[in-house]
Amino acid sequence: MLSVRGLTKKYGDAVVVRGLDLDVKRGECFGLLGPNGAGKTTTLRLLLGLTDPDAGSIELAGIPVPQRAREARMKVGVVPQMDNLDPDFSVRENLMTYGRYFGMPKAAIAARVPELLEFAGLASKADAQIAQLSGGMKRRLTLARALVHDPEILFLDEPTTGLDPQARHLIWQGLRRLISAGKTIVLTTHFMDEAERLADRLVILDHGSIVAEGAPRALIETHIEPAVVEVYGEGVSSWTRDHAGSVCTRSETVGETLFCYTDDADRVLGALNHVDGLRYVHRPSNLEDVFLKLTGRDLRD
Amino acid sequence: MTRHLRVPRLSWRFIPVWQRNYLVWKKLAIPSILGNLADPMLYMLGLGYGLGRLLPDVAGMPYLTFLAAGTVAYSTMNAATFEVLYSSFSRMHVQRTWDAILNAPMTLDDVMLGELTWAVSKSLLSGLAILAVIWGLGLYGNFWMTLWIIPVVALVGFCFGGLGLVMNAVSPSYDFFLYYFTLVITPMVLLCGVFFPVSQLPPLLQGVSAWLPLTHAIDLARPLVVGTVPDRIPLHVAGLLAYGSAGYVIALALTRRRLLR
Repeated sequence: MLSVRGLTKKYGDAVVVRGLDLDVKRGECFGLLGPNGAGKTTTLRLLLGLTDPDAGSIELAGIPVPQRAREARMKVGVVPQMDNLDPDFSVRENLMTYGRYFGMPKAAIAARVPELLEFAGLASKADAQIAQLSGGMKRRLTLARALVHDPEILFLDEPTTGLDPQARHLIWQGLRRLISAGKTIVLTTHFMDEAERLADRLVILDHGSIVAEGAPRALIETHIEPAVVEVYGEGVSSWTRDHAGSVCTRSETVGETLFCYTDDADRVLGALNHVDGLRYVHRPSNLEDVFLKLTGRDLRD
Repeated sequence: MTRHLRVPRLSWRFIPVWQRNYLVWKKLAIPSILGNLADPMLYMLGLGYGLGRLLPDVAGMPYLTFLAAGTVAYSTMNAATFEVLYSSFSRMHVQRTWDAILNAPMTLDDVMLGELTWAVSKSLLSGLAILAVIWGLGLYGNFWMTLWIIPVVALVGFCFGGLGLVMNAVSPSYDFFLYYFTLVITPMVLLCGVFFPVSQLPPLLQGVSAWLPLTHAIDLARPLVVGTVPDRIPLHVAGLLAYGSAGYVIALALTRRRLLR
Protein backbone atom coordinates (compact mmCIF):
# COMPACT_ATOMS: atom_id res chain seq x y z
CA MET A 1 0.00 0.00 0.00
CA LEU A 2 2.88 2.28 0.81
CA SER A 3 6.47 1.78 -0.18
CA VAL A 4 9.24 4.24 0.59
CA ARG A 5 12.91 3.93 -0.37
CA GLY A 6 15.80 6.12 0.70
CA LEU A 7 13.56 9.09 1.48
CA THR A 8 15.62 12.16 2.38
CA LYS A 9 14.61 15.73 3.14
CA LYS A 10 16.94 18.58 4.02
CA TYR A 11 16.21 22.11 5.14
CA GLY A 12 19.47 23.93 4.48
CA ASP A 13 22.13 21.94 6.33
CA ALA A 14 19.65 20.19 8.60
CA VAL A 15 18.71 16.69 7.45
CA VAL A 16 15.18 16.17 8.75
CA VAL A 17 14.55 12.79 7.14
CA ARG A 18 17.56 10.66 6.26
CA GLY A 19 17.30 7.68 3.96
CA LEU A 20 14.00 6.34 5.26
CA ASP A 21 12.73 2.95 4.06
CA LEU A 22 9.13 2.04 4.90
CA ASP A 23 6.67 -0.60 3.79
CA VAL A 24 3.04 -0.68 4.85
CA LYS A 25 0.81 -3.53 3.77
CA ARG A 26 -2.87 -3.23 2.93
CA GLY A 27 -5.08 -3.37 6.02
CA GLU A 28 -2.20 -2.74 8.37
CA CYS A 29 -2.08 -0.11 11.11
CA PHE A 30 1.40 1.31 10.99
CA GLY A 31 2.83 3.58 13.69
CA LEU A 32 5.40 6.31 13.15
CA LEU A 33 6.82 7.15 16.55
CA GLY A 34 9.41 9.60 17.64
CA PRO A 35 10.09 12.57 19.90
CA ASN A 36 9.25 16.10 18.77
CA GLY A 37 11.37 17.02 15.78
CA ALA A 38 12.14 13.42 14.85
CA GLY A 39 10.73 14.00 11.36
CA LYS A 40 7.29 12.42 11.70
CA THR A 41 5.21 15.27 10.32
CA THR A 42 7.75 16.00 7.56
CA THR A 43 7.57 12.32 6.56
CA LEU A 44 3.77 12.52 6.29
CA ARG A 45 4.03 15.70 4.22
CA LEU A 46 6.50 13.98 1.91
CA LEU A 47 4.21 10.98 1.55
CA LEU A 48 1.35 13.27 0.53
CA GLY A 49 3.48 15.12 -2.00
CA LEU A 50 3.12 18.38 -0.09
CA THR A 51 6.84 18.89 -0.17
CA ASP A 52 9.44 17.48 -2.54
CA PRO A 53 12.07 15.06 -1.25
CA ASP A 54 15.77 15.68 -1.82
CA ALA A 55 16.26 11.99 -2.57
CA GLY A 56 14.37 8.73 -2.54
CA SER A 57 11.15 7.36 -3.95
CA ILE A 58 7.60 7.01 -2.67
CA GLU A 59 4.82 4.84 -3.99
CA LEU A 60 1.44 5.42 -2.37
CA ALA A 61 -1.42 3.08 -3.32
CA GLY A 62 0.67 2.13 -6.34
CA ILE A 63 1.07 5.74 -7.48
CA PRO A 64 4.44 7.52 -7.54
CA VAL A 65 4.66 10.62 -5.33
CA PRO A 66 5.32 13.52 -5.78
CA GLN A 67 5.07 12.97 -9.56
CA ARG A 68 1.38 12.02 -9.41
CA ALA A 69 0.57 13.31 -5.95
CA ARG A 70 -2.84 14.65 -6.89
CA GLU A 71 -3.98 11.20 -7.98
CA ALA A 72 -2.46 9.58 -4.91
CA ARG A 73 -4.24 12.00 -2.58
CA MET A 74 -7.56 10.84 -4.04
CA LYS A 75 -6.93 7.58 -2.20
CA VAL A 76 -5.82 9.07 1.10
CA GLY A 77 -7.70 10.64 3.98
CA VAL A 78 -5.72 12.96 6.25
CA VAL A 79 -6.30 13.90 9.89
CA PRO A 80 -3.83 16.74 10.52
CA GLN A 81 -2.18 17.51 13.81
CA MET A 82 -3.90 20.88 14.15
CA ASP A 83 -7.64 21.07 13.66
CA ASN A 84 -8.40 23.00 10.52
CA LEU A 85 -12.15 22.57 10.28
CA ASP A 86 -13.89 25.42 8.55
CA PRO A 87 -15.19 27.67 11.37
CA ASP A 88 -17.60 29.43 9.02
CA PHE A 89 -19.54 26.23 8.36
CA SER A 90 -21.71 23.88 10.40
CA VAL A 91 -20.74 20.25 10.98
CA ARG A 92 -22.70 19.06 7.95
CA GLU A 93 -21.45 21.89 5.74
CA ASN A 94 -17.87 21.02 6.64
CA LEU A 95 -18.37 17.52 5.26
CA MET A 96 -20.24 18.77 2.20
CA THR A 97 -17.56 21.34 1.37
CA TYR A 98 -14.70 18.93 1.89
CA GLY A 99 -16.26 16.31 -0.38
CA ARG A 100 -16.28 18.83 -3.22
CA TYR A 101 -12.49 19.14 -3.05
CA PHE A 102 -12.42 15.49 -4.12
CA GLY A 103 -14.63 16.26 -7.08
CA MET A 104 -17.60 14.41 -5.58
CA PRO A 105 -21.05 15.41 -6.80
CA LYS A 106 -23.26 17.05 -4.19
CA ALA A 107 -25.74 14.17 -4.10
CA ALA A 108 -22.99 11.62 -3.51
CA ILE A 109 -21.62 13.60 -0.57
CA ALA A 110 -25.07 14.20 0.88
CA ALA A 111 -25.75 10.47 0.72
CA ARG A 112 -22.59 9.79 2.67
CA VAL A 113 -23.03 12.43 5.38
CA PRO A 114 -25.45 10.53 7.71
CA GLU A 115 -23.09 7.54 7.83
CA LEU A 116 -20.12 9.79 8.60
CA LEU A 117 -22.01 11.65 11.30
CA GLU A 118 -23.02 8.38 12.87
CA PHE A 119 -19.43 7.15 12.75
CA ALA A 120 -18.25 10.33 14.46
CA GLY A 121 -21.05 10.21 17.04
CA LEU A 122 -22.19 13.63 15.82
CA ALA A 123 -25.59 12.72 14.38
CA SER A 124 -27.31 15.12 16.78
CA LYS A 125 -24.82 17.89 16.01
CA ALA A 126 -25.23 18.04 12.24
CA ASP A 127 -26.24 21.68 12.27
CA ALA A 128 -24.00 22.81 15.12
CA GLN A 129 -21.35 25.41 14.46
CA ILE A 130 -17.71 24.36 14.90
CA ALA A 131 -17.18 26.75 17.82
CA GLN A 132 -19.86 24.86 19.77
CA LEU A 133 -18.00 21.55 19.56
CA SER A 134 -15.70 20.17 22.24
CA GLY A 135 -12.11 19.25 21.39
CA GLY A 136 -13.03 15.58 21.10
CA MET A 137 -15.97 16.30 18.81
CA LYS A 138 -13.76 18.43 16.56
CA ARG A 139 -11.25 15.59 16.25
CA ARG A 140 -14.01 13.11 15.45
CA LEU A 141 -15.39 15.45 12.83
CA THR A 142 -11.90 15.84 11.36
CA LEU A 143 -11.68 12.06 11.21
CA ALA A 144 -15.09 11.84 9.55
CA ARG A 145 -14.05 14.54 7.10
CA ALA A 146 -10.97 12.49 6.16
CA LEU A 147 -13.30 9.62 5.28
CA VAL A 148 -15.70 11.60 3.11
CA HIS A 149 -14.34 10.11 -0.13
CA ASP A 150 -13.99 6.61 1.32
CA PRO A 151 -10.18 6.49 1.08
CA GLU A 152 -8.17 3.27 1.06
CA ILE A 153 -5.54 4.63 3.38
CA LEU A 154 -5.70 7.05 6.26
CA PHE A 155 -2.91 9.30 7.58
CA LEU A 156 -3.31 10.46 11.15
CA ASP A 157 -0.87 12.97 12.61
CA GLU A 158 -1.04 12.75 16.42
CA PRO A 159 -4.79 12.15 16.38
CA THR A 160 -5.38 12.29 20.13
CA THR A 161 -2.96 14.99 21.27
CA GLY A 162 -4.74 17.35 23.63
CA LEU A 163 -7.77 15.15 24.23
CA ASP A 164 -9.07 13.87 27.57
CA PRO A 165 -9.11 10.10 28.23
CA GLN A 166 -12.79 9.68 27.32
CA ALA A 167 -12.28 11.45 24.02
CA ARG A 168 -9.13 9.45 23.27
CA HIS A 169 -10.93 6.17 23.84
CA LEU A 170 -13.70 7.25 21.47
CA ILE A 171 -11.15 8.05 18.76
CA TRP A 172 -9.45 4.68 19.32
CA GLN A 173 -12.78 2.89 18.98
CA GLY A 174 -13.37 4.70 15.71
CA LEU A 175 -9.93 3.72 14.44
CA ARG A 176 -10.45 0.08 15.44
CA ARG A 177 -13.67 0.06 13.43
CA LEU A 178 -11.75 1.35 10.45
CA ILE A 179 -9.00 -1.22 10.89
CA SER A 180 -11.51 -4.05 11.05
CA ALA A 181 -13.17 -2.61 7.95
CA GLY A 182 -9.86 -3.19 6.18
CA LYS A 183 -8.56 0.39 5.94
CA THR A 184 -4.83 0.92 5.97
CA ILE A 185 -3.73 3.38 8.64
CA VAL A 186 -0.50 5.32 9.07
CA LEU A 187 -0.40 6.94 12.47
CA THR A 188 2.12 9.27 14.04
CA THR A 189 2.06 9.63 17.77
CA HIS A 190 4.22 10.21 20.76
CA PHE A 191 1.78 8.41 23.03
CA MET A 192 3.24 4.97 23.49
CA ASP A 193 0.03 3.50 24.85
CA GLU A 194 -1.73 4.67 21.71
CA ALA A 195 0.82 2.96 19.48
CA GLU A 196 0.78 -0.17 21.61
CA ARG A 197 -3.02 -0.34 21.41
CA LEU A 198 -3.45 0.35 17.72
CA ALA A 199 -0.36 -0.37 15.68
CA ASP A 200 0.32 -3.78 14.18
CA ARG A 201 3.80 -2.62 13.41
CA LEU A 202 5.75 0.53 14.05
CA VAL A 203 9.02 2.32 13.57
CA ILE A 204 10.68 4.59 16.08
CA LEU A 205 12.23 7.60 14.38
CA ASP A 206 14.91 9.78 15.86
CA HIS A 207 16.77 12.57 14.08
CA GLY A 208 15.14 11.51 10.84
CA SER A 209 16.14 7.86 10.77
CA ILE A 210 14.69 4.61 12.04
CA VAL A 211 16.14 3.41 15.34
CA ALA A 212 13.82 0.41 15.79
CA GLU A 213 11.17 -1.39 13.82
CA GLY A 214 8.69 -4.18 14.55
CA ALA A 215 5.47 -5.16 16.30
CA PRO A 216 5.01 -3.40 19.66
CA ARG A 217 5.33 -6.58 21.73
CA ALA A 218 8.31 -7.79 19.76
CA LEU A 219 10.03 -4.44 20.22
CA ILE A 220 9.53 -4.63 23.97
CA GLU A 221 10.86 -8.18 24.04
CA THR A 222 13.93 -7.47 21.94
CA HIS A 223 14.94 -4.14 23.35
CA ILE A 224 14.15 -4.29 27.01
CA GLU A 225 13.86 -6.44 30.14
CA PRO A 226 10.32 -7.66 30.87
CA ALA A 227 9.74 -5.77 34.12
CA VAL A 228 10.49 -2.37 35.58
CA VAL A 229 10.55 -1.32 39.22
CA GLU A 230 10.54 2.41 39.74
CA VAL A 231 12.01 3.21 43.14
CA TYR A 232 11.83 6.58 44.85
CA GLY A 233 11.75 8.10 48.32
CA GLU A 234 14.34 9.30 50.84
CA GLY A 235 16.42 6.14 50.92
CA VAL A 236 16.73 5.70 47.19
CA SER A 237 20.34 6.79 46.83
CA SER A 238 21.66 4.43 49.50
CA TRP A 239 19.53 1.58 48.16
CA THR A 240 20.84 2.24 44.67
CA ARG A 241 24.42 2.10 45.97
CA ASP A 242 23.88 -1.12 47.93
CA HIS A 243 21.50 -3.14 45.75
CA ALA A 244 20.91 -1.79 42.29
CA GLY A 245 24.07 -3.27 40.84
CA SER A 246 23.27 -6.76 42.05
CA VAL A 247 19.47 -7.10 41.60
CA CYS A 248 18.78 -4.94 38.55
CA THR A 249 19.72 -6.19 35.10
CA ARG A 250 20.04 -2.55 34.08
CA SER A 251 19.29 0.59 36.04
CA GLU A 252 19.02 4.26 35.44
CA THR A 253 18.57 7.17 37.83
CA VAL A 254 16.43 10.02 36.55
CA GLY A 255 16.11 12.87 39.02
CA GLU A 256 14.99 11.30 42.30
CA THR A 257 13.78 8.07 40.74
CA LEU A 258 15.65 4.84 40.07
CA PHE A 259 14.41 2.85 37.10
CA CYS A 260 15.38 -0.76 37.75
CA TYR A 261 14.92 -2.94 34.66
CA THR A 262 14.96 -6.61 35.46
CA ASP A 263 14.44 -10.16 34.26
CA ASP A 264 13.64 -11.24 37.80
CA ALA A 265 11.23 -8.83 39.47
CA ASP A 266 10.79 -11.02 42.57
CA ARG A 267 14.42 -10.62 43.40
CA VAL A 268 14.19 -6.82 43.18
CA LEU A 269 11.00 -6.76 45.22
CA GLY A 270 12.65 -8.98 47.83
CA ALA A 271 15.50 -6.53 48.17
CA LEU A 272 13.02 -3.68 48.51
CA ASN A 273 10.92 -5.33 51.16
CA HIS A 274 10.81 -3.67 54.57
CA VAL A 275 13.25 -0.93 53.68
CA ASP A 276 12.14 2.28 55.38
CA GLY A 277 11.75 5.45 53.38
CA LEU A 278 11.34 3.73 50.02
CA ARG A 279 8.35 3.63 47.74
CA TYR A 280 8.16 1.73 44.52
CA VAL A 281 6.01 0.81 41.55
CA HIS A 282 6.36 -2.55 39.88
CA ARG A 283 5.01 -2.84 36.34
CA PRO A 284 5.63 -4.75 33.13
CA SER A 285 7.89 -2.83 30.79
CA ASN A 286 6.18 -1.10 27.91
CA LEU A 287 6.83 0.66 24.67
CA GLU A 288 7.60 3.89 26.47
CA ASP A 289 10.58 2.22 28.14
CA VAL A 290 11.83 1.08 24.74
CA PHE A 291 11.26 4.54 23.35
CA LEU A 292 13.14 6.25 26.18
CA LYS A 293 15.96 3.74 26.00
CA LEU A 294 16.40 4.30 22.27
CA THR A 295 15.81 8.03 22.02
CA GLY A 296 17.11 9.13 25.41
CA ARG A 297 15.51 11.20 28.10
CA ASP A 298 16.60 14.63 26.95
CA LEU A 299 13.86 17.13 26.23
CA ARG A 300 13.27 17.79 22.52
CA ASP A 301 11.77 21.04 21.50
CA MET B 1 12.18 31.83 -4.58
CA THR B 2 13.34 31.13 -8.14
CA ARG B 3 13.30 27.41 -7.30
CA HIS B 4 9.54 27.68 -6.76
CA LEU B 5 8.85 29.88 -9.77
CA ARG B 6 7.12 28.00 -12.55
CA VAL B 7 4.27 28.25 -14.97
CA PRO B 8 1.00 27.81 -13.03
CA ARG B 9 -0.90 24.63 -13.77
CA LEU B 10 -4.43 25.88 -14.12
CA SER B 11 -7.34 23.49 -13.79
CA TRP B 12 -11.07 23.62 -13.19
CA ARG B 13 -10.41 22.24 -9.74
CA PHE B 14 -10.34 25.82 -8.48
CA ILE B 15 -14.14 25.91 -8.58
CA PRO B 16 -14.76 24.19 -5.20
CA VAL B 17 -12.46 26.78 -3.60
CA TRP B 18 -14.41 29.62 -5.17
CA GLN B 19 -17.61 27.91 -4.11
CA ARG B 20 -16.43 27.53 -0.53
CA ASN B 21 -15.81 31.28 -0.31
CA TYR B 22 -19.12 32.04 -1.98
CA LEU B 23 -21.07 29.85 0.48
CA VAL B 24 -19.45 31.54 3.46
CA TRP B 25 -20.09 34.97 1.96
CA LYS B 26 -23.74 34.08 1.30
CA LYS B 27 -24.30 33.58 5.01
CA LEU B 28 -23.30 37.14 5.73
CA ALA B 29 -24.18 38.68 2.38
CA ILE B 30 -26.22 41.67 3.57
CA PRO B 31 -23.79 43.06 6.17
CA SER B 32 -20.92 42.22 3.81
CA ILE B 33 -22.45 44.14 0.92
CA LEU B 34 -23.27 47.10 3.15
CA GLY B 35 -19.79 47.07 4.64
CA ASN B 36 -18.10 46.85 1.24
CA LEU B 37 -20.21 49.46 -0.46
CA ALA B 38 -21.18 52.03 2.13
CA ASP B 39 -17.69 53.49 2.34
CA PRO B 40 -17.02 54.25 -1.36
CA MET B 41 -20.63 55.36 -1.80
CA LEU B 42 -20.40 57.85 1.05
CA TYR B 43 -17.16 59.29 -0.25
CA MET B 44 -18.49 59.53 -3.76
CA LEU B 45 -21.76 61.17 -2.87
CA GLY B 46 -20.42 63.29 0.00
CA LEU B 47 -17.44 64.65 -1.91
CA GLY B 48 -19.27 64.66 -5.23
CA TYR B 49 -22.16 66.80 -4.02
CA GLY B 50 -20.37 68.72 -1.26
CA LEU B 51 -17.12 69.49 -3.02
CA GLY B 52 -18.65 69.32 -6.49
CA ARG B 53 -20.87 72.35 -5.80
CA LEU B 54 -17.76 74.46 -5.26
CA LEU B 55 -16.03 73.31 -8.41
CA PRO B 56 -16.44 74.13 -12.07
CA ASP B 57 -16.45 71.21 -14.51
CA VAL B 58 -13.46 68.92 -14.02
CA ALA B 59 -11.88 67.47 -17.16
CA GLY B 60 -14.94 68.57 -19.06
CA MET B 61 -17.56 66.95 -16.83
CA PRO B 62 -19.37 67.68 -13.54
CA TYR B 63 -17.22 66.73 -10.54
CA LEU B 64 -19.73 64.12 -9.37
CA THR B 65 -19.44 62.31 -12.71
CA PHE B 66 -15.65 62.62 -12.63
CA LEU B 67 -15.56 61.17 -9.13
CA ALA B 68 -18.11 58.42 -9.88
CA ALA B 69 -15.92 57.14 -12.68
CA GLY B 70 -12.88 57.19 -10.41
CA THR B 71 -14.82 55.46 -7.65
CA VAL B 72 -15.77 52.55 -9.92
CA ALA B 73 -12.08 51.73 -10.32
CA TYR B 74 -11.13 52.66 -6.77
CA SER B 75 -13.82 50.60 -5.01
CA THR B 76 -13.18 47.59 -7.26
CA MET B 77 -9.50 47.78 -6.45
CA ASN B 78 -10.29 47.94 -2.75
CA ALA B 79 -12.77 45.07 -2.88
CA ALA B 80 -10.21 42.75 -4.47
CA THR B 81 -7.37 43.98 -2.28
CA PHE B 82 -9.24 43.54 0.99
CA GLU B 83 -10.38 40.10 -0.06
CA VAL B 84 -6.95 38.69 -0.88
CA LEU B 85 -5.25 40.46 2.00
CA TYR B 86 -7.38 40.06 5.09
CA SER B 87 -9.78 37.29 4.07
CA SER B 88 -7.31 35.10 2.20
CA PHE B 89 -4.80 35.54 5.00
CA SER B 90 -7.40 34.33 7.52
CA ARG B 91 -8.04 31.28 5.40
CA MET B 92 -4.36 30.57 4.75
CA HIS B 93 -2.68 31.43 8.03
CA VAL B 94 -5.24 31.73 10.81
CA GLN B 95 -7.89 29.11 10.05
CA ARG B 96 -5.52 26.87 8.08
CA THR B 97 -8.28 26.26 5.57
CA TRP B 98 -5.73 26.07 2.76
CA ASP B 99 -3.85 23.28 4.58
CA ALA B 100 -7.07 21.27 4.79
CA ILE B 101 -7.76 21.81 1.09
CA LEU B 102 -4.19 20.85 0.12
CA ASN B 103 -4.64 17.47 1.82
CA ALA B 104 -7.33 16.77 -0.77
CA PRO B 105 -6.35 16.28 -4.42
CA MET B 106 -5.92 20.04 -4.85
CA THR B 107 -2.80 22.00 -5.67
CA LEU B 108 -1.76 25.40 -4.41
CA ASP B 109 -2.33 26.62 -7.99
CA ASP B 110 -6.00 25.60 -7.65
CA VAL B 111 -6.39 27.15 -4.21
CA MET B 112 -4.90 30.48 -5.24
CA LEU B 113 -6.80 30.57 -8.51
CA GLY B 114 -9.96 30.00 -6.45
CA GLU B 115 -8.99 32.92 -4.22
CA LEU B 116 -8.18 35.11 -7.21
CA THR B 117 -11.45 34.38 -9.01
CA TRP B 118 -13.31 34.98 -5.77
CA ALA B 119 -11.61 38.37 -5.45
CA VAL B 120 -12.74 39.11 -9.01
CA SER B 121 -16.28 38.20 -7.99
CA LYS B 122 -16.15 40.55 -5.03
CA SER B 123 -14.85 43.28 -7.34
CA LEU B 124 -17.68 42.69 -9.76
CA LEU B 125 -20.15 43.05 -6.95
CA SER B 126 -18.59 46.24 -5.76
CA GLY B 127 -18.30 47.68 -9.26
CA LEU B 128 -21.91 46.79 -10.11
CA ALA B 129 -23.16 48.59 -7.03
CA ILE B 130 -21.33 51.79 -7.97
CA LEU B 131 -22.55 51.34 -11.52
CA ALA B 132 -26.11 51.07 -10.20
CA VAL B 133 -25.67 54.42 -8.48
CA ILE B 134 -24.27 55.90 -11.70
CA TRP B 135 -27.34 54.62 -13.56
CA GLY B 136 -29.71 55.73 -10.82
CA LEU B 137 -28.35 59.28 -10.74
CA GLY B 138 -28.05 59.45 -14.52
CA LEU B 139 -24.35 60.21 -14.35
CA TYR B 140 -23.57 58.49 -17.66
CA GLY B 141 -23.35 59.63 -21.24
CA ASN B 142 -24.46 56.46 -23.03
CA PHE B 143 -26.13 53.59 -21.16
CA TRP B 144 -24.93 50.85 -23.54
CA MET B 145 -21.39 52.09 -23.26
CA THR B 146 -21.51 51.79 -19.47
CA LEU B 147 -22.09 48.03 -19.81
CA TRP B 148 -18.45 47.76 -20.91
CA ILE B 149 -17.56 48.85 -17.40
CA ILE B 150 -18.53 45.36 -16.19
CA PRO B 151 -15.63 43.53 -17.89
CA VAL B 152 -13.32 46.40 -16.95
CA VAL B 153 -14.28 45.94 -13.32
CA ALA B 154 -13.52 42.20 -13.54
CA LEU B 155 -10.14 43.01 -15.06
CA VAL B 156 -9.36 45.48 -12.27
CA GLY B 157 -10.33 42.83 -9.71
CA PHE B 158 -7.99 40.34 -11.40
CA CYS B 159 -5.15 42.86 -11.42
CA PHE B 160 -5.36 43.84 -7.76
CA GLY B 161 -6.29 40.33 -6.65
CA GLY B 162 -3.05 39.07 -8.19
CA LEU B 163 -0.98 41.88 -6.68
CA GLY B 164 -2.58 41.48 -3.26
CA LEU B 165 -1.82 37.76 -3.19
CA VAL B 166 1.88 38.65 -3.26
CA MET B 167 1.41 40.63 -0.05
CA ASN B 168 -0.58 37.75 1.42
CA ALA B 169 2.28 35.38 0.64
CA VAL B 170 4.91 37.38 2.50
CA SER B 171 2.87 38.70 5.40
CA PRO B 172 3.67 37.52 8.93
CA SER B 173 0.46 39.03 10.38
CA TYR B 174 -2.52 41.26 9.63
CA ASP B 175 -0.56 44.33 10.74
CA PHE B 176 1.78 43.94 7.79
CA PHE B 177 -1.01 44.84 5.35
CA LEU B 178 -1.06 48.39 6.67
CA TYR B 179 2.28 48.95 4.89
CA TYR B 180 0.70 47.93 1.61
CA PHE B 181 -2.14 50.37 2.11
CA THR B 182 -0.04 53.31 3.25
CA LEU B 183 2.87 52.73 0.86
CA VAL B 184 1.10 51.42 -2.23
CA ILE B 185 -2.66 51.75 -2.31
CA THR B 186 -3.15 55.22 -0.86
CA PRO B 187 -0.37 56.90 -2.91
CA MET B 188 -1.76 55.19 -5.98
CA VAL B 189 -5.24 56.57 -5.29
CA LEU B 190 -3.79 60.06 -5.16
CA LEU B 191 -1.57 59.60 -8.23
CA CYS B 192 -4.00 57.90 -10.58
CA GLY B 193 -6.78 60.40 -10.98
CA VAL B 194 -9.50 59.14 -8.65
CA PHE B 195 -10.19 62.48 -6.97
CA PHE B 196 -8.54 64.92 -9.38
CA PRO B 197 -7.11 64.73 -12.91
CA VAL B 198 -3.57 63.41 -13.30
CA SER B 199 -2.79 66.58 -15.27
CA GLN B 200 -2.73 68.45 -11.96
CA LEU B 201 0.38 66.53 -10.93
CA PRO B 202 3.97 67.70 -11.58
CA PRO B 203 5.35 66.13 -14.82
CA LEU B 204 7.58 63.68 -12.97
CA LEU B 205 4.66 62.24 -11.01
CA GLN B 206 2.56 62.16 -14.17
CA GLY B 207 5.26 59.92 -15.62
CA VAL B 208 5.06 57.63 -12.61
CA SER B 209 1.29 57.63 -12.76
CA ALA B 210 1.28 56.34 -16.34
CA TRP B 211 2.88 53.09 -15.14
CA LEU B 212 0.49 52.41 -12.28
CA PRO B 213 -2.27 49.82 -12.68
CA LEU B 214 -4.98 52.04 -11.23
CA THR B 215 -4.27 54.57 -14.01
CA HIS B 216 -5.00 51.90 -16.61
CA ALA B 217 -8.23 51.11 -14.79
CA ILE B 218 -9.38 54.71 -14.64
CA ASP B 219 -8.35 55.45 -18.23
CA LEU B 220 -10.73 52.68 -19.26
CA ALA B 221 -13.57 53.38 -16.83
CA ARG B 222 -13.89 57.16 -17.04
CA PRO B 223 -14.50 57.48 -20.80
CA LEU B 224 -17.00 54.62 -20.59
CA VAL B 225 -18.97 56.54 -17.95
CA VAL B 226 -18.89 59.72 -19.99
CA GLY B 227 -19.85 57.82 -23.12
CA THR B 228 -16.72 57.93 -25.26
CA VAL B 229 -14.44 55.13 -26.46
CA PRO B 230 -11.30 54.96 -24.30
CA ASP B 231 -7.94 55.70 -25.91
CA ARG B 232 -5.29 52.98 -26.20
CA ILE B 233 -7.56 50.16 -25.02
CA PRO B 234 -5.05 47.33 -25.78
CA LEU B 235 -2.37 49.04 -23.70
CA HIS B 236 -4.64 49.42 -20.66
CA VAL B 237 -6.06 45.92 -20.91
CA ALA B 238 -2.60 44.44 -21.37
CA GLY B 239 -1.30 46.50 -18.44
CA LEU B 240 -3.98 45.25 -16.07
CA LEU B 241 -3.59 41.67 -17.27
CA ALA B 242 0.18 41.85 -16.93
CA TYR B 243 0.13 43.20 -13.38
CA GLY B 244 -2.46 40.63 -12.29
CA SER B 245 -0.77 37.64 -13.97
CA ALA B 246 2.68 38.58 -12.73
CA GLY B 247 1.21 39.00 -9.26
CA TYR B 248 -0.44 35.56 -9.37
CA VAL B 249 2.71 33.80 -10.62
CA ILE B 250 5.01 35.48 -8.09
CA ALA B 251 2.50 35.00 -5.28
CA LEU B 252 2.28 31.32 -6.18
CA ALA B 253 6.05 30.92 -5.93
CA LEU B 254 6.23 32.80 -2.63
CA THR B 255 3.32 30.89 -1.15
CA ARG B 256 4.77 27.60 -2.31
CA ARG B 257 7.95 28.52 -0.45
CA ARG B 258 5.87 29.43 2.59
CA LEU B 259 3.54 26.42 2.76
CA LEU B 260 5.08 23.61 0.73
CA ARG B 261 8.79 23.85 1.48
